[in-house]
Amino acid sequence: MQQLADKLIQHCALLQGLPHELTYLLVEIVFGSLMLMLFVAPFAGIISWVERRVAARMMDRIGPNRVGPQGFLQWLADGVKSLLKEDIVPSSADSFLFRLAPYLVFAGMFMAFVSIPFTSRVIIADLNVGIFYIIAVTSLVVIGILMSGWASNNKFSLLGGMRSAAQIISYEIPAGLAILVVVLMSGSLSLQEIIKAQGAHPWNWFIFDNPFSFCSFFILFISSLAEGNRTPFDIPEAESELVSGYSTEYSGMRFVFFYFEEWANLYLIAAVGVTLFFGGWQIPPSVREWAVGVHFVLPHILEFATFFIKAMSLVFVIIWIRWTLPRLRVDQLMAMCWQYLIPLGFVMVLGTATWIVLFPQGVPLVRYVLFSGTLGLFGYFFYRVVFHLRYTKAELQFNPFV
Amino acid sequence: MTVTEYFTNIKDTATSIFEGMTITLSHLVRKPVTIQYPDRTPRPVKETLPDRFRGFLKVDMEICTACLACMNDCPIDCIKIVTKKDEALKERVLTQFDIDEAKCMYCGLCTEPCPTGAIHFTKEFEGATEDLSSLLFSFVPENQVIIPYKALKKEKEETVNA
Repeated sequence: MQQLADKLIQHCALLQGLPHELTYLLVEIVFGSLMLMLFVAPFAGIISWVERRVAARMMDRIGPNRVGPQGFLQWLADGVKSLLKEDIVPSSADSFLFRLAPYLVFAGMFMAFVSIPFTSRVIIADLNVGIFYIIAVTSLVVIGILMSGWASNNKFSLLGGMRSAAQIISYEIPAGLAILVVVLMSGSLSLQEIIKAQGAHPWNWFIFDNPFSFCSFFILFISSLAEGNRTPFDIPEAESELVSGYSTEYSGMRFVFFYFEEWANLYLIAAVGVTLFFGGWQIPPSVREWAVGVHFVLPHILEFATFFIKAMSLVFVIIWIRWTLPRLRVDQLMAMCWQYLIPLGFVMVLGTATWIVLFPQGVPLVRYVLFSGTLGLFGYFFYRVVFHLRYTKAELQFNPFV
Repeated sequence: MTVTEYFTNIKDTATSIFEGMTITLSHLVRKPVTIQYPDRTPRPVKETLPDRFRGFLKVDMEICTACLACMNDCPIDCIKIVTKKDEALKERVLTQFDIDEAKCMYCGLCTEPCPTGAIHFTKEFEGATEDLSSLLFSFVPENQVIIPYKALKKEKEETVNA
């Protein structure tokens, strides 16, 4: 982005009069808003439709299929409906904080998108403290949620907000430890540098680097689910006990902001996971050479496709977990974080550090064993799926469209 | 918690999540069981209803004997029948037979005492309406009278004629 801004300054006479920092700021704001409009907002909308369809099929239902082809425009209909709803602020609520809270939640999520890479060149800001920045700004979400819970002046909202604060603050520790493992291996906090330290082939990804990083991925994944308030860690909004938790008193567009944040957060969780452990946008060098020969844009399209497919697979797993696991109780949630994830996180950090000291070049055999072991696990997984289908003599329909 | 328990817990969690996720994935490729009422069913829903289905009440006025058994048996008084002595015809006639389907609870107690089976259930069940009064069905047209069906008398007349 800085190179782009420098080019703009060279070619545009109007910008030469301004201080350079101001130009950088303008470029960042313009591209940030463009990404919000062109990528984050449609993604959050479409993923809400995808989630409802997947959820429906997992319950042997069909899901939304009336608005547009296959119900694809359902998210637009929902958005328009919410825009037209009355904007209600409860009379006993703290009006200012009540109105402010959704924006903080939204800002906390969106600011993290600034340093998420899309390809080797397309990134809004390649910060040298990238991953640290993401952990820091996503904490703003907690303030927003706690604020919304407290300002609503409603018991359910307050309980939801307090649970959320306890949960997100606790789970930041194992998430940070798991991220530390990757930082140890790559030697950088910048997301682009972390991706560049990995290879295109699966056995060169950080997840298969050593047994400790393999476990770290699961620690990071579980902690991100908890930080994103996703099931099985959705006690802040537990419908069956807290009505709707911190968003109970919200309606119309303010309510949508909370859910917008939640669905956009899905991509954030997946993108961070892919960047840190699954090689990000890396494509094999031979493919890249061929693509550069065809057109200079093609490698970027391939890189984006690689990144997006990996991220969408993780998003699917997150959705899938939501419709599989029941919600954890508050004490179970805290026990899982403090008794299991944090001690294991420390073991992984120490283990990885030791591994790096013992084998500075890595052990290819361990990588291959871990990779093929994962493949074998997948094989056994699909064998079990087929077993369940055969056992129940279920009628099959592989076509996702009805 | 002993060390063994600690690691058993982790193992149990991993294996049970693994097994649970195979089950949900297997449901993802199963055929949905949804019946897309009302417009995308393979056959109209009314055709699929059983014969003894309790829908709206209907009265066949040709065979109604005006015995008032249904009105007297109705636990919530949704049936209203008015009869009077018609001077010109020198007979008892029906001037009103109203059923308020909005009140009806489909218990079927009116159909059981009916001597001729005049009052019976239909398969009509889609009662959604913007106006409750449109669920009030009158089986005797306004300002008209209907002569009740007299089973015994007719049979006698038929035997005399024969």
